[in-house]
Amino acid sequence: MASASTAEPTRRDMLYIATGAAAAVGAGALAWPLINQMNPDASTLALASTEVDVASIPEGGILTVKWRGKPVFVRHRTKKEIDEAQQVKAADLPDPQTDQDRVKQSTISGAAHPEWLVVVGVCTHLGCVPLGHQGDFDGWFCPCHGSVYDTSGRIRSGPAPRNLDVPTYAFTAATKLQIG
Amino acid sequence: MSGPSTYVPSSAIGRWFESRLPIMGLMHGSFVAYPVPRNLNYFWTFGGILSFMLGAQIITGIILAMHYTPHVDYAFGSVEHIMRDVNWGWFIRYTHANGASMFFVAVYIHMLRGLYYGSYKAPREVLWILGVIIYLLMMATGFMGYVLPWGQMSFWGATVITNLFSAIPLVGDAITTWLWGGYSVDNPTLNRFFSLHYLLPFMIAGVVILHVWALHVVGQNNPAGVEVKNIERDTLPFTPYATVKDAFGLVCFLIFYAWFIFYAPNYLGHADNYIEANPLVTPSHIVPEWYYLPFYAILRAIPSKLGGVVAMFGAIVILAFLPWLDTSRVKSAKFRPVYRVFFWAFVLACVGLGYLGSQPPEGGFVIAARLLTIYYFGFFLVIMPLLGLFETPKPVPASIADAVLAKNGAAAQAHS
Ligand code: HEM
Ligand code: FES
Repeated sequence: MASASTAEPTRRDMLYIATGAAAAVGAGALAWPLINQMNPDASTLALASTEVDVASIPEGGILTVKWRGKPVFVRHRTKKEIDEAQQVKAADLPDPQTDQDRVKQSTISGAAHPEWLVVVGVCTHLGCVPLGHQGDFDGWFCPCHGSVYDTSGRIRSGPAPRNLDVPTYAFTAATKLQIG
Repeated sequence: MSGPSTYVPSSAIGRWFESRLPIMGLMHGSFVAYPVPRNLNYFWTFGGILSFMLGAQIITGIILAMHYTPHVDYAFGSVEHIMRDVNWGWFIRYTHANGASMFFVAVYIHMLRGLYYGSYKAPREVLWILGVIIYLLMMATGFMGYVLPWGQMSFWGATVITNLFSAIPLVGDAITTWLWGGYSVDNPTLNRFFSLHYLLPFMIAGVVILHVWALHVVGQNNPAGVEVKNIERDTLPFTPYATVKDAFGLVCFLIFYAWFIFYAPNYLGHADNYIEANPLVTPSHIVPEWYYLPFYAILRAIPSKLGGVVAMFGAIVILAFLPWLDTSRVKSAKFRPVYRVFFWAFVLACVGLGYLGSQPPEGGFVIAARLLTIYYFGFFLVIMPLLGLFETPKPVPASIADAVLAKNGAAAQAHS
């Protein structure tokens, strides 16, 4: 066998390489639909937004609504909770962000309403639902591996790497909140 | 290593068939005439027990699938329907659910046997790595099976474990969404887990065939850790010697298994899994099935998301490198007095990690889990490589026959 090899590339070598390359591209193209079918389908993508009436949430209360299969917390913050959230120096936090930045979508007819905090209720560690009004900062506490969030939903201690996500939302009227 | 082929079909039809497809000869050579070291102890019966358990899981699983509905609205109800309405449904489900636990009991004993007697060392590296692959497939199968009843632990276990992939830099979130088929664990996730839970046991069966093939090429290790030198003196035919010993071991194991099925069917499970999944409320304390607890403890011992995930998977993958981490020339811990101490400490560390994995991740539990995690990795990465260089092993018997005679010599003399 070995004695049959020649130093010069032949036309046959060229054909082998071209055939192999075409087969590899073909296999890749065929694999893509088989892999991509597992991504969210059209009906899942269609559930992108949810409407909530927030009139029923008292000051200090948290409403949990389901959006894209996940909980979203709508928190009607008290003056004290807002102050606590604003007084922290963002630079000192594990995931630096100011409270103003996290509630900037909470505007009703152009006026800022920092009493409304809207965050995805999924711990950024491994996805448990944190418990409200618990933990050292009276924000949230995650029972799974002990992450602690403040009244702005920012991570303060524990294994979670990021603040609770803020979804895209808007107040379409004074008490009508659209998430997504 | 194959023994002298003694198979001659006794009937004319048998001879006709054998000359066209020699499968009976293959079976005979593998499970009847196959030479086994004559000094094997009961730890060598777990391979047969594991094969039995795989068959039991496949049979009970196929039956459960006849009555189970993989849909978020019906899954929990269909499992209750199996428990209450289906004839013998409770029995089939308890056999399957406890069967998974027994499968892991057996595999852990089987693996620790290998660790103690040095069964991963040359020439059994490929055999050992195939075993690690089977173990990984078993973990994936058990995890996806546990999601199917769609209780609170099913849902939150699935959420936490699939979220492990979100720790991967850059592509983590895309991978997690892809695994879920949505933005959280939901119906698409349950459906694909059912499909894969049905598939993986058959993939395990395929790898088991390779595992047994590799075993039959290199031959079995044995408590003395010396290779077979003389087939006549060192070995016995598989049937009846190993067949009967395996059967006896299996029956004892089945009594243990049946005790769980009939007297403590929910002991190894978690009560919260009898509450239907609720995506808005996490149970106050989530724990995985007992057989994952040591790895769960390692995950939580590391105070960083990515670090925890890397350590957890690393704790399993490291097993595949064992043949090259152990530098000792002696296989069996019987002749390695120092290794033996570290080995038992390792077993205790694993049990300790298992206990810590079931406890809340607070204070002293976390510190203890960190210390044991250090020992877990230290055992493989520091102790194993160094011990081979510094330990003075005890004299190893010249052959298996010598090992047997040294132990039973007096009795053998008296009989002859
Ligand atoms: C390696 C072998 C297998 C293992 C380790 C395994 C493990 C498990 C586990 C832990 C559960 C959850 C039991 C519970 O808590 O209720 C389960 C459920 C289930 N498995 Fe399997 N399984 C295996 C093979 C199979 C096969 C081959 C099938 C089907 C062909 C199957 C079908 C099912 C079904 C339908 C359920 C849901 C019903 C239930 O929860 O009892 N399994 N499996
Ligand atoms: S999931 Fe919240 S701390 Fe781990």
